[in-house]
Amino acid sequence: MKLEASGISINFDAVPLLRDVDLSVASGEMVGLIGPNGSGKTTLLRVLARLRRPDAGAVKLDDRNIEDIGERQLSKQIAYLAQDGNVHWPMRVDALVALGRLPHRQSFRGHDGSNRAAIEQALVAADVERFRHRTMAHLSGGERTRVLLARALAVQASLLLADEPVAALDPLHQLKVMELLQSTARKGTGVIVVLHDLSLAARFCDRLVLIARGGTVAQGGPLEVLTPAHLALAYGIDVICGENAGIPYFLPRAAASTGNLL
Amino acid sequence: MTVFTLDEGSPRMPRYGMLVATLSAAIIAALFASTATGYAPLRIAAAVQDLLDGKDSLSALVLLQLRIPRALLGALVGFSLGISGAAMQGMLRNPLADPGITGVTSAAGFGAVVVFYFGLAGVTPLALPLGGVAGAILATLVLYGVAGAGASTMTLILAGVAISSFFGALTTLALNLSPNPYAVTEIVFWLLGSLADRSLQYVWLVAPLMALGWLSLLMCGPALDGLALGEDTARSLGFNLGRLRLQLIAGTALAVGSAVAAAGSVAFVGLVVPHLMRPLVGNRPSRVLLPSGLGGATLTLIADIIVRVLPVRPELKLGVVTALIGAPFLFHLIWRLRSEDR
Repeated sequence: MKLEASGISINFDAVPLLRDVDLSVASGEMVGLIGPNGSGKTTLLRVLARLRRPDAGAVKLDDRNIEDIGERQLSKQIAYLAQDGNVHWPMRVDALVALGRLPHRQSFRGHDGSNRAAIEQALVAADVERFRHRTMAHLSGGERTRVLLARALAVQASLLLADEPVAALDPLHQLKVMELLQSTARKGTGVIVVLHDLSLAARFCDRLVLIARGGTVAQGGPLEVLTPAHLALAYGIDVICGENAGIPYFLPRAAASTGNLL
Repeated sequence: MTVFTLDEGSPRMPRYGMLVATLSAAIIAALFASTATGYAPLRIAAAVQDLLDGKDSLSALVLLQLRIPRALLGALVGFSLGISGAAMQGMLRNPLADPGITGVTSAAGFGAVVVFYFGLAGVTPLALPLGGVAGAILATLVLYGVAGAGASTMTLILAGVAISSFFGALTTLALNLSPNPYAVTEIVFWLLGSLADRSLQYVWLVAPLMALGWLSLLMCGPALDGLALGEDTARSLGFNLGRLRLQLIAGTALAVGSAVAAAGSVAFVGLVVPHLMRPLVGNRPSRVLLPSGLGGATLTLIADIIVRVLPVRPELKLGVVTALIGAPFLFHLIWRLRSEDR
């Protein structure tokens, strides 16, 4: 399965936010969407999930325009993990994860065997099974993020769009969530993840799309995208970059002396 | 807000089916108790026998024309308020929302006031409920006209508050301009909420409208569950939020508009009952809907029995009693919230 956005342009109150952006993800692939604050990452992800219409361009799922796909059918194909992880009622973890099966459930019927199996798999995959009986109010930030990720995994969609799932997590939980997303991709799901941490993006993603200043600055393999010139242009920073034990790292050193006009 | 920390599946929580059965049994018991309660002594068995024999005895008339309609309306009105309260709290994701937030309660009240004001109440016994239902329909149309089909939750709340204020103002205007003090008294007493002296015709008029509203609200359960995770997530789970809001508001207008049309303003049931149910069924909005309807029916029937049993004359109005029960519960809720904040 392939999700392909082409020529996407988005305006906010007639002010251009993004112009002519292309982005695609295929089954088994993990794509990182990176860029500075306000560059339009979340808006672009919402367009990909059909939560917002682009002002120009189209999004296709296996060559079919997503506008032509029924709501229920699309909800089984694309799982969306919102940046705002608010849960408005203090539900129990397993009840919350079960909400991921709503697209698959028949009205007024309980969950069938396949739904229950999907919920169990998601609880185990996100490593939240052991506190399944606790309510969200009694979990730490990292635990809550993993529960919400489990909810998205429970959809068992072909594509997963995750908006900053590791923001506000400590390094250990960041690693765990990124490993989980990567293993989800390796099992055949196409994953697009919005990230701010360039080192995590370089380490875990197969491809990166860097957007800034109203368009795509670069896209391709992580080391092709995360060059000092691209980062100076997009973020306005000079970076210290290197590799340790095969793991790339990128540290901001200072505001870029040239290139950035943000 | 984490007022209730138990949730579905907890061993300290009753099974859902068992709770629904228990509440249903409580409604049936309260219906019988309500039928047996009144100022005139009534031998129910003899009255039923007279009804079956086709005798127009006084007992049979009291049972058929006064007691049974009052009990049935109590259950219908309470169910409507309870389920609508749970639906509105789910839609707005706010535990302090109540059915009146859409402006329907105020508009239905105004519809009935118009009937009083122009002296139409004597034309037909159904003038009052018809006026109330017309007010509720008008409020719903205005709500959609003002807010639009794809309105956000905030726009809906603002539109509801505006409509509620507007019809409230029209009601006070009617009181202000009322030609005689008797009409004012009638209007004020009616607005306080009561089930006294309603005929079976009221039941036949409002029951089908209410049932349509209940069905509409119950069908929204899964979407309300999705909405608990925010609007974007609910949409990504395949729910059309514009259609959902339309269905919820139409369902609430039918159920609550009919309830106000039949009984006037019965306060706090819609706000309080969902809170009473959540410790028993969990916080998932779809699980709160049906038990809130059943709990609302039980609470309203009990309050209406209290109205008649209390040695207070003139008889207390139902809306006064539900408010006297409901307001302390809100204080209790605030107290629990404060305890959690410490």
